[in-house]
Amino acid sequence: MIAETGLIALWLAAALTLLQFVLGAVGLRAERDDYIAAIRPVAVAQGIFVSLSFLLLIWLFLRSDMSVKLVAMNSASVKPLLYKFAGTWGNHEGSMLLWVTVMGMAGAFIALFERSLQKRTLVATLAAQAFISLGFYAFLLVSSNPFERLFPVPADGQGLNPLLQDPGLAFHPPTLYFGYVGLSVAFSFAVGAMITRDVGPAFAKAMRPWVLGAWIFLTLGITAGSYWAYYELGWGGWWFWDPVENASLMPWLAATALLHSVTVLATRDGLRAWTLMLAVVAFSMSMIGTFLVRSGILTSVHAFAVDPERGSFILALLAIYIGGAMALFALRVGTVKEGSRFELISREGALVANNLLLSVILALVFIGTLYPLMVEAVTGEKLSVGPPYFNLATGPLALLLVAVMAAGPLLRWRRDNPKTLLNRISIPVLVAAAALFALVAFTSGMSILSLLGMALAAGVAVASFAPLWKRNLRRTPVHTYGMIIAHFGVAVALVGMAAESSFTEERLVAAKPGDEITVNKWKLQFQAIEPVAGPNWTALEARMTAQYGDGVLHEIEPQNRMFAAAQTQTSEAALLTRWNGQLYVVLGEGDSEDRWQVRVWWKPFVPLIWYGGILIALGGLLAMVGRLRRGYQHRKQREFTEAML
Amino acid sequence: MKAKHQRLVLVLLALVALIGAGLLAAYALQDQASYFYTPSDIAAKKPEAGVAIRLGGMVEEGSIQRSADGVTVQFIVQDGTTQQLVSYTGITPDLFVEGSGVVADGRLDADGMFIAETLLAKHDENYIPRELEGIDMTAGQRKTETLVQ
Repeated sequence: MIAETGLIALWLAAALTLLQFVLGAVGLRAERDDYIAAIRPVAVAQGIFVSLSFLLLIWLFLRSDMSVKLVAMNSASVKPLLYKFAGTWGNHEGSMLLWVTVMGMAGAFIALFERSLQKRTLVATLAAQAFISLGFYAFLLVSSNPFERLFPVPADGQGLNPLLQDPGLAFHPPTLYFGYVGLSVAFSFAVGAMITRDVGPAFAKAMRPWVLGAWIFLTLGITAGSYWAYYELGWGGWWFWDPVENASLMPWLAATALLHSVTVLATRDGLRAWTLMLAVVAFSMSMIGTFLVRSGILTSVHAFAVDPERGSFILALLAIYIGGAMALFALRVGTVKEGSRFELISREGALVANNLLLSVILALVFIGTLYPLMVEAVTGEKLSVGPPYFNLATGPLALLLVAVMAAGPLLRWRRDNPKTLLNRISIPVLVAAAALFALVAFTSGMSILSLLGMALAAGVAVASFAPLWKRNLRRTPVHTYGMIIAHFGVAVALVGMAAESSFTEERLVAAKPGDEITVNKWKLQFQAIEPVAGPNWTALEARMTAQYGDGVLHEIEPQNRMFAAAQTQTSEAALLTRWNGQLYVVLGEGDSEDRWQVRVWWKPFVPLIWYGGILIALGGLLAMVGRLRRGYQHRKQREFTEAML
Repeated sequence: MKAKHQRLVLVLLALVALIGAGLLAAYALQDQASYFYTPSDIAAKKPEAGVAIRLGGMVEEGSIQRSADGVTVQFIVQDGTTQQLVSYTGITPDLFVEGSGVVADGRLDADGMFIAETLLAKHDENYIPRELEGIDMTAGQRKTETLVQ
């Protein structure tokens, strides 16, 4: 009965979404106030029903109800509870239901909390949000019903892919989806504003917290995904320029550009058409990303549960929504008034440079990711594009972008004097130069890109705090602190990336118990191999001690796990984190002479990459809270003034 | 500068940037893209030694051999008709087993051996890398069966 209830809730939510769209479209056209008044409750109701449907699917997974096909195919009764729960979205149907749920909840949140947007634009936005949700409801109900029953009922399920049995599964996909789908709100806002021709600072101020919210989730999702792949794949790498990774990076690049251009629109009423365009592009990138991941059209190391036929459904949705939004943009862009102008050396000028650079990087990643498909379609030849291309093409531009990031916040809006900029930026430039000098003098073997990146990061770390210079710290707005922390986070991550690529040391040996392995200042003592057992796996575990110089003796236990249900093996790397880096140990196979493959990396400062990502997201959170609070205060003040009058 | 002119300048700037990106991408892709070969492709048209390519096929049953150093494996990748000897130093991926598909990035050495830098075995029992779609997944097993008989 639970599965049927879930399906009914899903159908009801779809019907309410249709109603939401009709109410909005007819209400705006016929100017029917009763229709317009009804759209908010309808949006909230569809959010509730789709969430109910998703909760029921989670319940089915938790209860291991094997009469439901999806559960039987992707779960097993002996699995730990956390993975039963997270396994709900570790498959195609479940992850699409998660997508639709987030989209429906986003619509409900707009209806509940959006108070600053002009009423007609809000209605148009809700109608647009309903229109894009409809396609995904159709997709789910027609071709990917997650509640389908199975008969005869199997005794047990087929289990979840062992590589997915990790706490990362509980966190990474939902976070990323909140980000992907959160961008649909920006898309709907842009479409709504184009329909009602209401593009200006007020609109930008209303849209900004939503963009920030989606961007924070994307940042966290990418950071978590990078760390998960880093320790789970056992390859010691944190970014492979894999199509699935690029699929999450592209919306992030577009959202980052949007975040900065929406600020120009909100503060200075500039970049109107460009901001609308970016909002459309950002969600388009989310959908393209989902299409690439779900269709399996590109070979990936992170591909799970792919299905080419279902991919083409997403492609069709993509064409309809992006094509529609672009057509609307082309029709309406002429009627969007020109914004205020500004000089080249100004805050706006720096933000335009930021946007151009981000767009170019986005284009380079996009071309590189889809190039194999284009070539195969034209010539039939198969090829792959990997790190050499992406590093070469995007690396220098990313450094330029970081340099702009150091200078931009020090400029005044509208017009500034190049000389005063030089004054303000002189200390960061000196710091960067000193860092460069020290690196050249005291290290060897660093690539030019890493060298410049590390030096630039030192300068940016200082420059990011420069906006606080001579300001009253207590009266500085919260969102300014947000910007400072986010920009500082970029510097932190950059140090981690440059250090990882330059100073990593690696040893690969076949070792017997009793052997010692040294890498950098680490001494590893291989003591024994022992069998251990977990809830649904057995493993061979290497007992080792590790010592850094004359420091404390640490115990580490890399494992090779065998999963009974899927008859597959995974290796569990052992990680040891010190303040100055991370020791990474992987156990391979043993041979007849009792020798075991052991791979050891010492990666100086590598955790800074993910700490940086967290700082960037934290900065975004502060900016969002600061903006929301200020918007609330302004609204209260206005209401108070109106009441007094 | 009037607002209208400024808008024109911005549009031009954006166009120049995007065209620049396209040209940069085209230039970088010329050298950096690596082509996909099956063992038959290599036999038919041998790529130059040292050029990065991607090799795909099935790991032949009974062909995985470990070298004396304990960390290098040699194995044969085949596509039903032709075989290619591959050497890889490192820990093999979790689902790398005989008789299943593999995609390897690397280059040919002067002797015609493929030196793999990364091995991409599938992660999911049901996932087949797209390059391997056209290859007979059971070819390797049948061959060894006939050898045994």
